[in-house]
Amino acid sequence: MTALLPLIGAILLATLPKGAELRAKQLAFGATLVTAASAIAMAVQFQRDNTDLQFVEVRSWIPSFGINYAVGIDGIALVLILMSVILAPIVILAGWNEAQGGRWSVKTFYILILVLETMMIGVFSATDVFLFYVIFEAMLVPVYFLIGGYGTGERSAAAVKFLLYSLFGGLLMLASIIALYVMSGDQGGHTFDLAKLANLEMSSTTQNFLFLGFFIAFAIKAPLWPFHTWLPDAAQSATPGTSVLLLGVLDKVGTFGMIRYCLTLFPEASKTFTPVIIVLAVISIIYGAILAIGQKDLKRLIAFTSISHFGFITMGIFAMTSQSQSGATLYMFNHGFSTAALFIVGGWMIARRGSSTIADFGGLQRVTPVMAWCFFLAGMSSLALPGLSSFVSEFLVLVGTYTRYPVAAIIATVGIILAALYILIPVQRALHGPTTPGNENLADLNLREKFAIAPVLAAIIALGFYPAPLLNVINPAAVHVNSQLGFTDPVPTVEGK
Amino acid sequence: MIFNSPALSYSLLAPILIILAGALIGVLIEAFVGKARRPVVQLSVALGSLVLALVQVIRIRNLSSTTAAMGSVVIDGPGLLFQCAILIVAVISIFLIADQDNFTSSAAALPGSDEERQATQSGTVLTEIYPLTLFAVAGMLLFPIASDLITLFVALEVLSLPLYLMAGLSRHRRLASQEAALKYFLLGAFSSAFFLFGAAYLYGYAGTVSFAGIHAALVGGTGNDVILLLGIAFVAIGLLFKVGAVPFHAWSPDVYQGAPTPITGFMAAATKVAAFGAMLRLFYTVLAEAQWQWRPFFMVIAIITMIFGSLVAISQRDVKRMLAYSSIAHAGFLLTGVIALNKAGLEASIYYLFAYGVATVGAFGIVTLVRDSSGEVSDLNRWAGLGKRSPWVASAFAFFLLAFAGIPLTSGFIGKFAIFSAAYESGATAVVIVGVLSSVIAAFFYIRVIVLMFFTDATEDGTSVVIPSILTRLTILISLVITVALGVFPSPLLDFIKPLAIFIR
Repeated sequence: MTALLPLIGAILLATLPKGAELRAKQLAFGATLVTAASAIAMAVQFQRDNTDLQFVEVRSWIPSFGINYAVGIDGIALVLILMSVILAPIVILAGWNEAQGGRWSVKTFYILILVLETMMIGVFSATDVFLFYVIFEAMLVPVYFLIGGYGTGERSAAAVKFLLYSLFGGLLMLASIIALYVMSGDQGGHTFDLAKLANLEMSSTTQNFLFLGFFIAFAIKAPLWPFHTWLPDAAQSATPGTSVLLLGVLDKVGTFGMIRYCLTLFPEASKTFTPVIIVLAVISIIYGAILAIGQKDLKRLIAFTSISHFGFITMGIFAMTSQSQSGATLYMFNHGFSTAALFIVGGWMIARRGSSTIADFGGLQRVTPVMAWCFFLAGMSSLALPGLSSFVSEFLVLVGTYTRYPVAAIIATVGIILAALYILIPVQRALHGPTTPGNENLADLNLREKFAIAPVLAAIIALGFYPAPLLNVINPAAVHVNSQLGFTDPVPTVEGK
Repeated sequence: MIFNSPALSYSLLAPILIILAGALIGVLIEAFVGKARRPVVQLSVALGSLVLALVQVIRIRNLSSTTAAMGSVVIDGPGLLFQCAILIVAVISIFLIADQDNFTSSAAALPGSDEERQATQSGTVLTEIYPLTLFAVAGMLLFPIASDLITLFVALEVLSLPLYLMAGLSRHRRLASQEAALKYFLLGAFSSAFFLFGAAYLYGYAGTVSFAGIHAALVGGTGNDVILLLGIAFVAIGLLFKVGAVPFHAWSPDVYQGAPTPITGFMAAATKVAAFGAMLRLFYTVLAEAQWQWRPFFMVIAIITMIFGSLVAISQRDVKRMLAYSSIAHAGFLLTGVIALNKAGLEASIYYLFAYGVATVGAFGIVTLVRDSSGEVSDLNRWAGLGKRSPWVASAFAFFLLAFAGIPLTSGFIGKFAIFSAAYESGATAVVIVGVLSSVIAAFFYIRVIVLMFFTDATEDGTSVVIPSILTRLTILISLVITVALGVFPSPLLDFIKPLAIFIR
C-alpha cells in the first residue's frame, strides 16, 4: 500500500513528458490528487491503537550489504505523509503560474515536484536506514534544481548554499551509518534494519559520536540554531510553492529523523545530549523570533518564524514526555499548514505587487479584502492564536516540556509574545494603514486561488477546535517511542483531546 | 643439465595474446591497407580483438586460481575481474577514440608547419592510435595478474610507453599536447626507475623476484628489515605515481589537459584499474604481513591525496584539469580500499574501480562534444549556459558529476559506501572521516560546474555542442546506463564480484 504511492507518482511522471504546458499542470495536479486520495484511504485503514509499524513491506534490494527496500509507518510517519500529500496538490494549484519565470520548461518543474513528492513519502516511511539515507540525500537534487532553476534573485547561490549545508550534514550521517553497519556485522550479521540496529550494543563514547553524526544532519535540515543560516536565503530565493515544500515538508524530515533515528538508535546518547539540545532549541525559539521582527522581506520573515517554530518542535521532541512529543508531531503537521498558508498568500501578494519588501505593501485590507483576511488568518495561526490548530500543539509542547524542564518552558513562552510582535507588525504594515501608492489596482483572489487556500485555512480552523483525530493517531506512537527509551511521563498524562 | 620446456598455459594467457595479435595486425594494416579503408578496418580489428579477449576472460573464469607462464602470472578471481573491467572500459573508449576529430592528422609534422596543413587538408587520419591503444591494453591486462616483480615491471612499461605517445597526438593545441607527452614520459621514466630500484631491494631482501618467494621470506622474517622497508617504499612510489596519488601526482593535471580528450578518458579510467589492481595484489597478498611497515604510510598518503585533490580542484578553471584533480581525489578514496586490507575492501575497490572507470570515460566523452570553431573548449567559463542550449548533454554531464560526488542512486555512492565501510571495518576511522569530509569539498566543485551549466547565462562567444557521432553517442549512452544501473541495482555486480574476490598467491 505504501509502496503504491511512490509508484503512482513515478508512473504518472513517466507519462508526463508528452504533454503541453497546461496538460503538464493538469497531469501533475491530477497525480498529486490521486496520491493524496490514496494516502487518505491508507489513513482510514490505519489501526491507531496498534503501536507496531503498519503497511510493512520488505523487499531485498542489495543483499550483499544487507540492504532492503523496507517501508512501514507508525502514527507519526502517517501524519507527516498525510501532510505532504495534501500540501502537494495545494501547492500546484496555488502556484499555477509560478513555473513560468524559470530557466526551464514548466513541464520540468512539475516533474521535479512529483519526483520530490515520491521521495517525501519514501523518506517518512523507510525503515531501512540505508534506504532512508539514500532518499534523504537524493531529495536534495530536485530541491536544488527547483530553487536554482525557478527561484528569484540570488537563486543559484541560495541553491548551492542549501545543497552544501545539507550534503555536509548528510555525509556526517553517512559516517555514522557506516559505523552502525560495521558494528551490526560484528554482532550477528550486516543489516540496516532500524529495529535491529536499535538493539546494537556499543560503548557510550561510540554512541555519543554516532548520535552527533545523525543529529547534526537533522539539525541542519530542521534547521536548529546555529545550523540555520542556509534557510532564509533558500526561502527568499525559492518560488512560494517550493518554499512550502521546503519548509513545510522537507525540513520536517529533520525533526522526524530526530524522533525516528536519534531517539530510537541512540537512547543513551539522546539523554546525554538532551540539556544541550534543549538550550539550542530555546535559543532557536528566541533568536528566530527576534530576527523575524527585524526582517524587511516577507519571505525571510516567514523563514525566521519557522526557525522559531522548529525550536519548539525540537524542544518538544527532546523533552522526552509523550505529551511534548505528541505535541511536537502535531506541531510539525500544523506548521506545515500555517507556513503553507503564509507562503502561498504571501506569494500571491508578492506576485501582484512585484516586490517582497514588507514596506511596499500597505492598505491591502481595503484593496484586496479576501487576500488580506487570508493572510491575517495565516499569521494568526503562525502565532498560535487559541482556536487555531497551532495553539493546541504549542500548548502541548510547552506543558509537556514544563513537567521536565520548567525553566526552558518558561523562557520559550517568551517566544510566544515575540511571535505576536513578528506577526502583528507586518500585518499592520501590509494590510492596514494608508494604501501605498501603486497598490490601488491590485486584484483580489480569483476562484482558483480561493479553492487552493480554502482547504488549508479550513484545516487550520478545524484542527484548532477538534485535533482529536490526529492526536489519537500520534499519541500511541509517541508513548511507544518514549517507552522504548525507558521514559515514563513525570506526571499523569493528560490526553490531548 | 636438463631443460624443461616452459609450460605457458596458452588458454589462460589468451586474452593478452589476442590483444597483442590484434595490435600487431593493426601495425600490418598501417602498412598494407589503403588510406581510405584504414579507419574502418582498424576500428573493426581493435573492437574485434577487445571483444574476443573479453569473451575469453569470461570463458576462463572457472579455470581461475592457478598460475600460468611458469608462475610469473597468476590467474585468479580478482585478476580476471580487473581484466574484465579494463576490457569493458577499453571497449567503451574505443568508440570515443574512433572520433578522429580529436587527433592530429600527422603526428610527425611540426605543429603549424605546411606539412601538417597539407596532411589535414588531404583528410589523412591517424589510425596508428588503434594498435597503440591495443598495446597499452595488453600491458594493462598483464599488470594486475603479474606475479613476479620482473613481469610487473614489463607490464608497467608495456602499458606506459604507448600512453606516452598517445598523449602527444592532440589535433588542437598540439604544443601543449606534446609538452604533456614529454612531461608524462620523463616523470614516468623517473617513477619506473624508482620502481625498479625498489624491486632490486626486494630481491635483495628475499633472494627472489616471485611474489610467493617474497611473501615466504617475509613470513620467515629472516631478511634485513631496512632493505625490506626501502623496497616497499620505492615500489610503492612507482605504483602511486601511476595512480596519481599526492605527492606523486604532479604530472596528471598537465597530461590530462594536454592529451587528446578520448585518450585522457581512456588513460584515466583504464590505467587506474590496472595500477590499483597491481597495487591491491601486491599489498594484499605479498606484503600483508608487513602491514605495520606500509599501512601508516599509506594512510598518510590517502589522507593528503583526498584533501589535496578536492581542495585544488575547487580553483580549476579548465574542465579537464578539474577532472584531473577529481581523479586525484578519487585515487585517495581508492587508497582507503588498499588500506582496508580485508575482503570487503577488495570487493569494494573492484566495484569502485569499475564504476569510476565507466563514469570517467562517459564524462570525457562529453568533454569532446563541447567545441567552438577552433576545436574543443575546456575553459569552464565558456561552459556557462550549456544546460540551456544542449539540455541533454548538460544533464548527462551533470549526472556523471553527481556520480563522482557520490550522490545516492548513482554508482559512485555505492562504491563510496562500500569502500568506506570496508576501511572503517579495518579500524581506519580517521581515514574514513577525512574521506567523508573531503567528499563534501569534492561535491562543492562538481556542483559548481552544474551551477555553471544550468544556472549561469551563456557568454556571447558561441561555444556549441557538436552533434555527436553515433560512436561517441554510444560511448556516452553505455556509460550513462551502467552508471545508473550500478547505482540503483548494484546487486548483480556485487554478487558477481563476491565469490571471485579472493587473491591466490
